[in-house]
Amino acid sequence: MTGLLDNLLNGLALGSVYALVALGFVVIFKASGVLNFAHGSLLLLGGYLTAVWHDDLGFAGALALAVLVTAAVAGALDRLLLQRGEPDPHAAHVQTIVTIGIDIVLVTDLARRIGGDLLSLGDPWGDSVRDLGPVTVADSRLAAVVVSAVVIGAVFALFRFTAWGLSLRAAAEDVEAAALMGVRLSRVRALAWCLAGALAALAAVFLVAFPAPGLERTTGQIALKAFPAAILGGMTSPAGALAGSMLIGLTEALVAGYQSELHVLGEGFGDVAPYAVMVLVLLVRPTGLFGTKGAARV
Amino acid sequence: MPASPPAEEPALHVEELDVTYGRALSALRSVSLTVPHGGVVALLGANGAGKSTLLRAVSGTLRLHRGAITGGRIRYGDTALDGRDPVAAVRAGVVQVPEGRRVFAGLTVDENLRSGGLGLGRRSPALVRAGRERVFAFFPRLAERTHQAAGLLSGGEQQMLAIGRALMAAPRLLLLDEPSLGLAPLMVHRIAEVVREINAQGTAVLLVEQNAGMALSLADHAHVLEVGEVRLSGPAGELARTDAVRRLYLGEETGTDRPSDAGQGVA
Repeated sequence: MTGLLDNLLNGLALGSVYALVALGFVVIFKASGVLNFAHGSLLLLGGYLTAVWHDDLGFAGALALAVLVTAAVAGALDRLLLQRGEPDPHAAHVQTIVTIGIDIVLVTDLARRIGGDLLSLGDPWGDSVRDLGPVTVADSRLAAVVVSAVVIGAVFALFRFTAWGLSLRAAAEDVEAAALMGVRLSRVRALAWCLAGALAALAAVFLVAFPAPGLERTTGQIALKAFPAAILGGMTSPAGALAGSMLIGLTEALVAGYQSELHVLGEGFGDVAPYAVMVLVLLVRPTGLFGTKGAARV
Repeated sequence: MPASPPAEEPALHVEELDVTYGRALSALRSVSLTVPHGGVVALLGANGAGKSTLLRAVSGTLRLHRGAITGGRIRYGDTALDGRDPVAAVRAGVVQVPEGRRVFAGLTVDENLRSGGLGLGRRSPALVRAGRERVFAFFPRLAERTHQAAGLLSGGEQQMLAIGRALMAAPRLLLLDEPSLGLAPLMVHRIAEVVREINAQGTAVLLVEQNAGMALSLADHAHVLEVGEVRLSGPAGELARTDAVRRLYLGEETGTDRPSDAGQGVA
C-alpha cells in the first residue's frame, strides 16, 4: 500500500513538471501553429544557465535570471527567425521545420559546453526527504508539485483574465477575425514564446533535482515526454495538457514502481510507456482528451 | 458612443485603388468611392467581383490573403490606411465585421465582446461596460447568453454578436461584409433595422451585400462592382430603378414591381 502511495506521489510530481513543459508546447502551438521541436533545447538552456550562475548569484537569483534569459531567447527566436517577412498564416509548417534546425544548433552548442559533466543547479532541497504520514517524499518533489501548481494556476489566470490571454485564444480560433479586432498577432505570438521559454527553464530545475543526478547534455530530451502529454490533451487545450501530463507522469511512475511485476515487458518499459499511453488514448479519442473540434452551429 | 467628436468630420476616401493577389491576379482596378461621415454606402456585386477585397484593403487584412495594394490610396480623415496593419484601421475608428460572422466559437459571448475592444489597448472598465450596455441595448438576446459559447448560438445570433463585437471598438465607420448571408428573411430584416439604428447614432456604414434589396433600402449611395471595376454608381434610389440592377441584383423581371423581400443577387 505504501508502495502505491509512493508511486502515486512520484507520478504527481513528475506530472506537474511535465505539465510545465507541455503547457509551453500548447501555448506556442495555439499562438503560432508551430510544433516547437526546439523546446528541449530551451529547457536545456534554462538548466544550463541556472547551473553556471548559481555560484555567483545564489540559486534563486540564478534561476530568476535563467528564466528571464530563456524567455527572451525564445521570444527572439520567434521574432527574428520564425516570423520573417510577411505575416502568413500558412507558414506554420515551414516554421516547425525551422525549429528542428534551431534545436540542433542549440543542443550541439550546449552539449559542447556541458561535455560529459553532471552539473548541479544548486537547488536548496538537496537530497532531503520528509515523512508525510505513511509515505516518504523528497523535498524536491514536494517543491515541484507546489511550485508547478502555483505557476500553472497563474498561467491559467493569464489565459482567462488578461488582454494577452484573450488575444491568444481569439487568434487561435480565427487569425483573421482576431486581426480585424486589432489584435497585434506578432506581439501575441512572441509573448507566447517567451512564456513557454520561461516555463521550460523552470521545469529544468525540477527535472534535474534529486533524485535525478543533475543536468546532463541529454536532459533536454525529457521534453519529448511532455510532447505526448500535450498531444494527449489535444494540443490546443491548456487543461488538456495538464491532464495529459498527470496521466503520463503517473504512468511512468507506476510502471517504474512495478517494474519487477512488469518484467514480461522487458527492461526500461517506463521510457516507452508515455508513448504507449498516447497511442491508446488517441485510438479511443483521436482529437485528444480535451481537443474537441468545438461544437458549432452554423 | 465615442464621446469625442473629431474637429473635422472624417470620411473614407478610396482613390483609384488597384489590388493584386499573389502578384498576378488583379482583383480591383482603379476603384474609387467615398463614404461620407455618417453616411451609408452600399457596395453591390456578384461573387468574385471584388467586394470583400475592397474591405480587406481598407481594414488592412489583404496581407493575410497574400494580396497587396498596387496602386491608389485609402484615406480615412487624415489617416492614410493603405498598406497599414489592421490595428491602424481599428485605432482610426474603422472596424470590419467579417463575412460569415467569424465569431470566436470556443469563446463565450462575453469574451467575444471583450475581444472587440482589444485593438484599443487598455481602457477603463467603465468604458468597456458602457460599450457592452450599448451592444445589449441593440441585441437584448445576447445579454441572456453572456456565458454561452459563441459557437452554440444560432446564425442570426452569431451575426448579432459579430456586429456587437465590432461595436465594442466604438467605430466611426463600420464595414459590414454580407451581414444577411445565410439568414432567414425575418433576421435579415432585424439586422437591417439595427444597421439603420447604428447609423442613426452617428456611425457611418460601408455595406457589402449580395442582397441588393436590403442594401439599397439602407444606403444613401451605392456602387456596383463587376470583375474588379466600378460599373455603376449613384444615389441608392436611382440605382434601384435602373434596369441592370433590377434584373441582375434584385432578381426581377424588368418591368415588374420590386418584391418586398428581395431575393439573393443573381451572379
